[in-house]
Amino acid sequence: MLSNNNLAILIGVLMGLVIGLGCYTFIYAKGYSYLTDDPSACTNCHVMSQQYSGWIKSSHGSAAKCNDCHTPAGFFGKYTTKASNGFWHSFYFTTGWFPDNIQITDRNIEVAEQACQKCHQDIVEAIDGPHRQGKKTPCIACHKSVGHME
Amino acid sequence: MEDGTKGKPRRTWRLIALVAVLTAVATLGVAALLITIFEHKQEARNPFYRVVELQDTTEAPEIWGKNFPMQYDDYLRTVDQERTKYGGSEAMPRTPTQADPRSIVAQSRLEQDPRLKIMWAGYAFSKDFRKKRGHAYMLDDQMYTERQIVTHQSGTCLHCHASIYLPYKKLGDGDLIKGFDKMNQLPYFEARKLVTHPVSCIDCHDPSTMQLRVTRPGFLEGIRAFKASQGIKNYDVNTMATRQEMRAFVCGQCHVEYYFKGPEKRLTYPWAKGIIIDSIMAYYEEIKFKDWVHAETGAEVLKAQHPEFETWSQGIHARSGVACADCHMPYKRVGALKISDHNVRSPMLDINRACQTCHKWSEQELKERVEIIQDRTFRLRNLAMDALIALIEDIKEAKKDGKTDAALAVPRNFQRKAQFYLDFVESENSTGFHAPEESARILGESINFTRMGQVAVRELNIQ
Repeated sequence: MLSNNNLAILIGVLMGLVIGLGCYTFIYAKGYSYLTDDPSACTNCHVMSQQYSGWIKSSHGSAAKCNDCHTPAGFFGKYTTKASNGFWHSFYFTTGWFPDNIQITDRNIEVAEQACQKCHQDIVEAIDGPHRQGKKTPCIACHKSVGHME
Repeated sequence: MEDGTKGKPRRTWRLIALVAVLTAVATLGVAALLITIFEHKQEARNPFYRVVELQDTTEAPEIWGKNFPMQYDDYLRTVDQERTKYGGSEAMPRTPTQADPRSIVAQSRLEQDPRLKIMWAGYAFSKDFRKKRGHAYMLDDQMYTERQIVTHQSGTCLHCHASIYLPYKKLGDGDLIKGFDKMNQLPYFEARKLVTHPVSCIDCHDPSTMQLRVTRPGFLEGIRAFKASQGIKNYDVNTMATRQEMRAFVCGQCHVEYYFKGPEKRLTYPWAKGIIIDSIMAYYEEIKFKDWVHAETGAEVLKAQHPEFETWSQGIHARSGVACADCHMPYKRVGALKISDHNVRSPMLDINRACQTCHKWSEQELKERVEIIQDRTFRLRNLAMDALIALIEDIKEAKKDGKTDAALAVPRNFQRKAQFYLDFVESENSTGFHAPEESARILGESINFTRMGQVAVRELNIQ
């Protein structure tokens, strides 16, 4: 018969195992680097090398980092997006269920699209205008190569 | 009391089971992630393992394959027979005979379009001409084609139908060019005994550095002549070309227009005036070269041969710095490694890797874009073909009416040009895609030559 104390210990041990393994994986996979703004963190995983080299040479190479365009403004939005992308990247990287030429999700396109306005709002407002009807033209429809050629 | 104590342990065990299952799932996921990251880190550490020492005398691709198993696996897959709308061929069953033991061949183009027989009347291509198959078949398909029976071919053909680097070096006692000169003069079946493999690793790679290299004398000399026409003297492709240029030049070693020069049957690429069709035509006119005399009209005509390299060079992809290998051997991911796909094939069979690296549209959309270009080119090609057949008919009639060779010289020369321009697009393996506007222009020029030829025949009849 289990006493409450023993039960608590057992649950503690089980959870401790996951946390321990999780921490090890986190350190081994340089998980902490993903909490920073350093673009080289994104190339921990080799599938990003092309985008990274493309960014270095792009017009935004000296003006914006990965996080400036690929996470929303504000602490909460930024880290929720990082957490969500981190989880799905791990999932697809582990399973291998993704095409060789990786494709951006609709949600992440929207994040990037909004990000242009962080810096270029004055220009964008003039383009969109108060009288504009219907769907907005995405910035990257024309400026596809500003972030990274790939 | 008793009821309460009985229910409690059961609830406790349930809770434990639930926590254990959840923990197990989480642990499983984390462990899988950990192991995958570990594996990928290991894979990235050693791009390849050197298990055999490769020499400049190692010809067998299976030995190279020991060091580069992933590339070798893909290379072996060039046996696959798959067709696209205009290219490739499904495997066509065939009853083997003593002379030709092949049980599977590619589709006959002559049966698909009998006009080709008229265009090539009197030439071996009017007897047997099939759709293309993968690199793996290059040696067999050349050895067993009926063209070998109706004519005597020379050892020159093996320049591009076999792994030729070592056989040339052996035959030339270590001198590539000497071996090349010797083999060109051998009869085909004698030269055939000197080669073993279809195109192999050694034909494009330096065995010590794996760097791309050009080994075929035809291209070494052809590109030197072409560069000389642009004012660059003594061009040596292996030391002066960039890495990206080499990713097209190694393919241009064979996928080009060529002719056999003089009685020595020396393989030559007609690029001394340039590599656009007009320069090539001017070159042939200057040296008065002919492949054969047309059986129905008596015109001295030319056979164009798969000028993929020349056509690509006039297209938007070449202008943007995209090489053959970027689309026909696209990069792919194998574990943590990025390798180029050595299953050389149509980009239409791997649109994600071949096209979507640069073009962000759906596979369906990209395929349709390519096919629109090809459909248009093919329609124009059919118009040019109908026109040419009409001209051949007209010259035949004039000949029957007793017109002299001197009188027929002008229309025959127009036939020669119309036919070469048409064949330049017809025998090119992209149905216009490699350079859509240029291909359309060439077909337009062909139709114009035909028109001028028919005018010339009409003038003869009026006189």
